[in-house]
Amino acid sequence: METEAVMQHLGLVCVSFIFTAIFGLLLGIIGYNFKRTRFIILWFVDILQTIPVLALLGIIMIFFGATFRTVVIGIVLYSLLPVVRNTIVGLEQIDPAIREAAIGMGMTKRQRLYKIEFPLAFPIIFTGLKISVITSIGIAVFGAVVGGGGLGYTINRAIMIQDGNTLFKATLALVLMSLAFDLIMGLIEKKLDYSKRRGSV
Amino acid sequence: MIEFKNVKKAYQDNVVIEDLSFTINDGEFVCIIGPSGCGKTTTLKMINRLHKVNGGEILIDGTNINDIDVNELRKSIGYVIQHIGLFPNMNVKQNISVVPTLLKWSKDKIDLRIKELMKMINMPFDEFAYKYPNELSGGQQQRVGVLRALAANPNIILMDEPFGALDPITRDVLQDELRNIHDQLKKTIIFVTHDMDEAVKMADRILFLDGGKILQYATPEEMLKNPGTPLIREFLGKISYDYNASDLTCEDVMRKRVYTVYNKERTLKCTSIMKQRDVASLVVVDHNNRYLGIIRIEDIKSEGVPGETIEKLIRKEDITVLINSNARDAFSELEKDNKEYLVVLKRDRQVAGIITRSSMAKALASLIWGENDV
Amino acid sequence: MFKALSDFFDSYGNMLISSIFIHLKFVFISVAIGFIIAFILGILLSRVPKLSVILIPILSIFQTIPGLVFIGVLFLYLGIKDITVIIALAIYAIFPILKNTYVGLISVDKKIIEAAQGCGMNPFQVLWKIEIPLAMPSIISGLRMSTIYTVSWAVLAAMIGLGGLGEFVYRGIETNNTTLILGGAIPSAIIAILLGYLIDKVQYHFTPRGLRKEP
Repeated sequence: METEAVMQHLGLVCVSFIFTAIFGLLLGIIGYNFKRTRFIILWFVDILQTIPVLALLGIIMIFFGATFRTVVIGIVLYSLLPVVRNTIVGLEQIDPAIREAAIGMGMTKRQRLYKIEFPLAFPIIFTGLKISVITSIGIAVFGAVVGGGGLGYTINRAIMIQDGNTLFKATLALVLMSLAFDLIMGLIEKKLDYSKRRGSV
Repeated sequence: MIEFKNVKKAYQDNVVIEDLSFTINDGEFVCIIGPSGCGKTTTLKMINRLHKVNGGEILIDGTNINDIDVNELRKSIGYVIQHIGLFPNMNVKQNISVVPTLLKWSKDKIDLRIKELMKMINMPFDEFAYKYPNELSGGQQQRVGVLRALAANPNIILMDEPFGALDPITRDVLQDELRNIHDQLKKTIIFVTHDMDEAVKMADRILFLDGGKILQYATPEEMLKNPGTPLIREFLGKISYDYNASDLTCEDVMRKRVYTVYNKERTLKCTSIMKQRDVASLVVVDHNNRYLGIIRIEDIKSEGVPGETIEKLIRKEDITVLINSNARDAFSELEKDNKEYLVVLKRDRQVAGIITRSSMAKALASLIWGENDV
Repeated sequence: MFKALSDFFDSYGNMLISSIFIHLKFVFISVAIGFIIAFILGILLSRVPKLSVILIPILSIFQTIPGLVFIGVLFLYLGIKDITVIIALAIYAIFPILKNTYVGLISVDKKIIEAAQGCGMNPFQVLWKIEIPLAMPSIISGLRMSTIYTVSWAVLAAMIGLGGLGEFVYRGIETNNTTLILGGAIPSAIIAILLGYLIDKVQYHFTPRGLRKEP
């Protein structure tokens, strides 16, 4: 029963993460390449964060009903900000000299993005992804209210029936989950640390 | 009078200074110099107790500095650091008045003092008092830094490579100004530098340190005549007495570093270079580095149109000198209308350098005391 | 559309206004408490950076616990009281401010601090006249983050029946009533945006002119 809740929770987080990564990176790259859209994109993801999670889920529920899909969309919308912002910031902070060198070598805009800018910006972008996953673990808890299951369901029920024991266990599971994600992604981050490689050049 | 008596300093087990004893007289300008890691900054910072003395004692006018309240001690000693160290959250006036405020001077007294100080270095109060450090050029910031140290009229001023981050021309000007201030106010100044030219130019006495020990403590003249060790000789550069003043050419007395701009450059770019370099004019050249004239800030201000090139504003009437002509002629030309500098040209009219009062003085100094790498 | 809106106000207008006030009350009190605690802790922490190596990660873990759980736990111990919500929200508000205060203070240039000491300022004067003003932009941006989060989390007050705009959202979700959900969501988003804007203004005001980026 509780393993099931944990698995459901993990499912929500992982599925949402895939979409967050795709849309976040896409929006970030668009915002970076087209200066005019940047303001609108950042404004949009920023505004999304100001809407209370529960309300956001409620609104989405109107369109998609009390389903898994609703929760995933909610989590994605809510955790876009760190990914988008870090993508733009990461790409922006690249040394103009490096960018110029790439242009000088005759790289096209697309080649520059894939071969130079993206790899150099990756550490910062990855940090954005990490923050977003950790946030989504917390957000997923609210999914229970709109039929998403997961640990949120366990917690809600525990509060209703005033079952402190279960509440504690579920909370512990959440914290451990956050720590595990933080640890794993921190390790990946270390492995992928491009900035260190850059330093040795 | 400042006395170091068998002063010892160690960071954990690393002994930086073992047994340092020397005296600085009132009103003396002492430069502390030596290779990096020789303990010169440590020596300086022990005086205002930013670094603690581990052995021996430092006396100011006979009183052990450890017997004075640390903040009282620091308020009574001016302190100027490298990289300016102005407080970015305060404007010029607030920065200068930090110590007087800590000493609880009255508002009127502080105002009066600030006006007096700013007058001394030709920074008009109305123009600069309410500017913030990030609105000033490097040279102006460092001037304010010096004024802040002077504000409460301390008898002792400590300076830790104060002009290290400035470009050579600005540095030259500020050195002159500081020397003037010292001549006027007769403060005791202890000045750390790694630049022998600076030390020779500024100091009454030079304290040469290496490995926390004194290699030589002497006047610049004495040090130039009799460098105590090979290391000092190396610092001083090669000594040569074979020069004769009348043989000097413009090449010998000029400074090679010149701020130039192309004639097609736009006005805004020029003003930003001037602001950055803290100069009032730039030498204009064509793309072959041939001399065309001078561009002055006041001309850009009065006649310049933003976005236009400076071509119409170039002044061509200034007198130039040829690189191999006699330095004495150049000097009299410089004196004539109290010019700021003379442009030195090669035979094909390429710009070779400029002669300023201080480049001239340096050349003459090296003639008297031996040549340094200017 | 217009009719729906006027219907909504007819039936819920009074409730909306009182809910906004309850909501704001929770936000202000908890952020104020959070700010004071975080500001003091941040200063203390910046005096002993060694301690922060242990404390900051612990607080980070705290922060990953969803507000729901927090309110739930406190509810079990304290019951249905305003203080339950206020404590939970205040704890949430602490972290961004604490972190920004700490980071802002320790990133003040050491040379500037040395210059201040060299001028004869005592540690308190250095802190008050130099370090805090220089860290202010960072501290206020922490406050902004906290405030916006708190507006959002305050919706949870309704979960244990303490009102606020969450009342609309919960009822809306339970009865599948769009208007009610939006009636809670929109005002709460507007409050968050307005408070964010207000704090931006405050931040501009508190940023010493010498530190402002734009001329």
